[in-house]
Amino acid sequence: MADTSRETGGLRVKRGLAEMLKGGVIMDVTTAEQAKIAEDAGAVAVMALERVPADIRAEGGVVRMADTSKVHEIMESVSIPVMAKCRIGHFVEAQVLESIGVDYIDESEVLTPADESNHVDKWDFTVPFVCGATNLGEALRRIGEGAAMIRSKGEAGTGNVVEAVRHMRSIGSEMKRLTTLDSGELMGAAKELRAPFELVREIAQTGKLPVVLFTAGGIATPADAALMMQLGAEGVFVGSGIFKSGDPATRARAIVDATTHFADPDIIAKVSKGLGEAMVGINVSDLPDSERLARRGW
Amino acid sequence: MLALQGGAREHLRALESAGATPVEVKKPAQLAGVDALVLPGGESTTIGKLLDRFELLEPLKERANDGMPLYGTCAGLILMANQIVGGQDAPHRLGVMDVGVRRNAYGRQVDSFESELEVKGLEASFTAVFIRAPVIERVGDGVEVLATCDEVPVLVRQGRLMASSFHPEMTGDARLHEVFVEIVRKTK
Repeated sequence: MADTSRETGGLRVKRGLAEMLKGGVIMDVTTAEQAKIAEDAGAVAVMALERVPADIRAEGGVVRMADTSKVHEIMESVSIPVMAKCRIGHFVEAQVLESIGVDYIDESEVLTPADESNHVDKWDFTVPFVCGATNLGEALRRIGEGAAMIRSKGEAGTGNVVEAVRHMRSIGSEMKRLTTLDSGELMGAAKELRAPFELVREIAQTGKLPVVLFTAGGIATPADAALMMQLGAEGVFVGSGIFKSGDPATRARAIVDATTHFADPDIIAKVSKGLGEAMVGINVSDLPDSERLARRGW
Repeated sequence: MLALQGGAREHLRALESAGATPVEVKKPAQLAGVDALVLPGGESTTIGKLLDRFELLEPLKERANDGMPLYGTCAGLILMANQIVGGQDAPHRLGVMDVGVRRNAYGRQVDSFESELEVKGLEASFTAVFIRAPVIERVGDGVEVLATCDEVPVLVRQGRLMASSFHPEMTGDARLHEVFVEIVRKTK
């Protein structure tokens, strides 16, 4: 179309979209109608999927990329970015999602992994990827593979924020530790973290990830969202917490407001009033290892 | 710096290196304390709703009409435009700049791009980052076009108001922020 040269799919453009989502809430939706509710509530993006994690937990079975007609229907219904999930290592699902034009791909442990040894080579794609991480080493391995955004994994579909807190604190404290090391200790740290040395060195200097860090997995209330923001998340993914609750529209809006004003208890108190039933939660310590989604991927 | 949602941090850094003393604005009382405001990129529907919900929209319109300088980038441009072209509306807007804008008109994320632009008043070219960017389709009489990309305006100025389709804050190049800070200085 143009005389001016245009470079698509560069690092800045991929990481940049995540920068624009900062301070916002990304909501799991399974229908166009839910996507509209999310957009009206002030979501910065929606995640299109077949079933929310709580239902995936309840129903079991192999969970795959959503039907493309469903993703398309959601893309048609809202003006905010639409993300979709592919299975860990399933680069063809990722190719399909890129081909239908989703704005971001989540290579997600919520779906059944397709490859137990390898994640998708995300450098190969024009569309950016977000990946989950339980600790700094995992986050840096994903960034090393080309992820343009990281979310702490938490434990999806539980309505229990404890794992999200564990993972966010772990990423935060490991980054802090790197900034205290002298340069001669960084290779040892990279070995310990099983992470690319260049990224370890970068974090030792900046004290933060080179990509945006969101949180996910178990956020069910406005206070949960604000807690994660105060712990250092730059934005929030909410999965089952909204559409498995009694009054999704009101709760969605309250979580958006609490994420914006995460450091203001008066506002969080105000928006937390009269939200109806929260989703029923699960005690993560009661979950057998095989049902812990955060253990998927490495 | 409007900091309800979106890419505020990089703007803060660029404003600092341009010699300004930026602060975050999330509430009406904070707005009262600033001389000028940058409206960052982000999701324009989200930022618009938050402006409305937290009672910033009307005071901000008033300040803008009283002559407060504004610089809007990407979503910020959408919020400043007095006309939205096409089906994707943005209901909560300031509508202070005489431009017609079409949202997401460069395409979806896979079409987001970087480009080198010639900008009026700047000696060397400027690296512009376009992310799901809006297109300026109409420019009013009082609006000066400072840069184009393939003959389409991408950086415009109307008196104390500046707006761009692209992100100037993501490259570490603060020259456009310097232009804006200069506008603010002359206003004071």
